[in-house]
Amino acid sequence: MVRLITHNLLACHVKGCTTNNFPLQFRDVQIELREAEFNPEFLKGFLSKLEWKALVDASRQLGDTTLPPDIPEMLDDDFLKNLHHVLLEIHVEEGIMSCPNCKHDYPILNGIPNMLLAEHEIG
Amino acid sequence: MIPTPDLSHLSAKDYDHVYEPAEDTFLLLDALEEDEKELKDLHPSISLEIGPGSGCVSAFIGKILGPSVLYLCSDINPHACTCTRATGTQNKVTLDVINASFASPLTLRLKHAVDIILFNPPYVPTIQEEMSDAQDKCSISGSWAGGTDGMNVTNIFLEHVEVCLIDLQP
Repeated sequence: MVRLITHNLLACHVKGCTTNNFPLQFRDVQIELREAEFNPEFLKGFLSKLEWKALVDASRQLGDTTLPPDIPEMLDDDFLKNLHHVLLEIHVEEGIMSCPNCKHDYPILNGIPNMLLAEHEIG
Repeated sequence: MIPTPDLSHLSAKDYDHVYEPAEDTFLLLDALEEDEKELKDLHPSISLEIGPGSGCVSAFIGKILGPSVLYLCSDINPHACTCTRATGTQNKVTLDVINASFASPLTLRLKHAVDIILFNPPYVPTIQEEMSDAQDKCSISGSWAGGTDGMNVTNIFLEHVEVCLIDLQP
């Protein structure tokens, strides 16, 4: 599965593709929802590692509109529960992640994203 | 004493393509278990394993540290990716797996952000060509063919460690 927590950490790494190579754009996705244990402390600790706008955009691409455009000052339970769901419970099982810059497509098959590059694409 | 992860879902057929846990795997598990306190004291958020193979090691550290950690696994071998994910499921540890070379797609976002990096690398000394051939084929020989002094793959890995590992120097 590609969860949004991982998607928020993946960038295009084709040789020479160094600007506008994050986040990767979803296309033709099949998603599954799977419950995960709610851990507010983990979420609060992970917030500083997230690119928020990228997460919000990705969640909207997958049909979820619960995240606010900016991280709120008060991290209340509702916010954390929505964040939990978006980060950890939406699994992209099939689809494509595409680089907005060089348009390289990284396919997701059986939940595993193929991030391998052809020889000429490796830096 | 933390039990070795359950690998009963993997068969001989899987081990045609994926490294079957052996003495070196169990040595790494022992070392992790010995360092349980230090690992927990890190209050880690991200663990990254390169070349998880069967998924045994990440499933194990998942049992040590519990669900408040993101367990990333990157393997060049697609069979290993499938096995690793299944091993996570079998052992009730969520492993987020990517089919990739080292941490290449993660280095932009994970500069000095990873708390724990794990790798049981291919370390058998071979000719350079055998190592690079194995890596190109993304096959099981990539799990042992280590090139010159058995160090070629490890040396590349160490470059990634330098980029991704949290810098504890003040």
